[in-house]
Amino acid sequence: MTRPQEVDTAQIRARYPDVFDRPASARLAMPAMIVAALAILVYGLVDLDFSPSRFFAGLSQLGWISVMMIPPDPGSSLPVYLKALGETLSIALLGTTLAAVFALPVSLLAARNIVPNILRFPVRRFLDSIRGVDTLIWALVWINVVGLGPFAGVLAIAVSDFGAFGKLFSEAIEGADQKQVEGIRASGGSALHEIRFGLMPQVLPVIAGQVLYFIESNTRSATIIGIVGAGGIGLQLAEQIRVLEWQKVSFLILMILVAVAAIDFISGKLRFAIIGRRAVA
Amino acid sequence: MTIAVSILPEQQLATLNAAYSQAVARRRWRLLFGAVVFAAALLLAAVGAEVNLRTLFTHFGNFVSYFDRILTLDSGQRVWTDVGEWLWGWRKWLKMLGETLLISYVGTLTGAVFAFGLNFFAAENTSPSPWLRFVVRRLLEFARTVPGIVFALIFVIAFGLGPMAGVLAIAIHSTGALGKLFSEIVENADMKPVEGIRSTGASWLSCMRFAIVPQVTAGYASYALLRFEINVREASVMGFVGAGGIGQELVVAIRKFYYSDVSAILLAIIVTVFIIDIGTGWLRGRLFGKEART
Repeated sequence: MTRPQEVDTAQIRARYPDVFDRPASARLAMPAMIVAALAILVYGLVDLDFSPSRFFAGLSQLGWISVMMIPPDPGSSLPVYLKALGETLSIALLGTTLAAVFALPVSLLAARNIVPNILRFPVRRFLDSIRGVDTLIWALVWINVVGLGPFAGVLAIAVSDFGAFGKLFSEAIEGADQKQVEGIRASGGSALHEIRFGLMPQVLPVIAGQVLYFIESNTRSATIIGIVGAGGIGLQLAEQIRVLEWQKVSFLILMILVAVAAIDFISGKLRFAIIGRRAVA
Repeated sequence: MTIAVSILPEQQLATLNAAYSQAVARRRWRLLFGAVVFAAALLLAAVGAEVNLRTLFTHFGNFVSYFDRILTLDSGQRVWTDVGEWLWGWRKWLKMLGETLLISYVGTLTGAVFAFGLNFFAAENTSPSPWLRFVVRRLLEFARTVPGIVFALIFVIAFGLGPMAGVLAIAIHSTGALGKLFSEIVENADMKPVEGIRSTGASWLSCMRFAIVPQVTAGYASYALLRFEINVREASVMGFVGAGGIGQELVVAIRKFYYSDVSAILLAIIVTVFIIDIGTGWLRGRLFGKEART
């Protein structure tokens, strides 16, 4: 049996100076970052009133709650919950459609290849600030305007998605092939013709895919806007949590999970049917 | 200038046109069918969601005037004419914003640590056993599908009002979301280093530590930063259910019609989200170069 060759550390050191003699700054960067991250974490835990006793008391409480959640049981209010679930799905569908309808023309104004930068910039910032405000906040604002109920939820989803769609659509338009537009222009088409026949056939499948994807993700958002009073199953959920009806709570959560999974499945199928097996950006 | 366009004889043109319209007609019918189904779904949804256009039209003025009102001070002037009066509570609001950021930071970091611990069990190529993978995956799925604010509602009851509930809710939701993304990175990792390390007789743990982790840390950090960005938005509404942060102030201002406060707090939130977006974008670019951006 051959013994491994004696390792001459000094020689290796001399041969690979980069590995052994890294400057102190490079060697210390990683530990320094970890220490800083931990320091902020500890500061945060202290500042946010974390204490082990509170934590464990809460955990045991949570354990009790979980025990009381079993088995999930809707009691006698199953029809109400089903109606609320329908309401949630309606909110998601209507809100997303409304947002898409309004976002399409605006996204043209935010696309680099359609309008000059001077017009594009304010439109972009406008869309950005709409997106910066959470759906729940929009729901609160709309409740002030049209009153409590699912309609406020529809409008909240519509407004906050309007911002997201404006951005996504305009990116799809910017990514479109310019040759077809030039072809239309060469045959004497007007600016509107260029958009209708040159751009739209290219971007519509992408947009349809995104809209479907948003309907899917808005089913989730629509479940929570009820918490502030904008209709749907979230309203029931928040109420049952507040009156500590844990069996109903767990039933509602299960319902939401099942509904979201079903919508995921359906819209996945539809998406592939519309745009083919291609990833949605 | 004369324009020359070749025109086919009438007969030839007629057959071509007929073939074309036949080809198009089928697609048109399908499109029409889809549109009708969609319209019917919309109509049904409109009934379900109690859409009332009359309410919208009578109150739409309210929506516009709402923005008018939140941009007006009590004295009747526009807010930007007297910034000191508008942002009168900036000390309190900055403190609450700081709390919001801390909530999302602690929540994201905790979530990332848990996701890090769990993702090797959820990934196809590194999981020690199939049933463990199944259990961990379902667990992560549950944590990410239940909205964070629902967790917050329950935690507020279990842990009491305050930021702790918000942190835990965000941590759980982030564990679910990051666990999935992390395990996808692991699934894309090169398995040759693992084989190399296993051939030296190393345990599963050392295989993960020395073969997988060096490959994936950059991706992990990038996703965690992205999650932090999302969590800042999320944390800004945690206060709606009493789980700490600036949302508490906002909901009070909205419900009690302190109009100029609403606009001030909204401005603060939007600016913070902008800064965090730009900051993390810059950090990601600095740390991982352009290709790691997702």
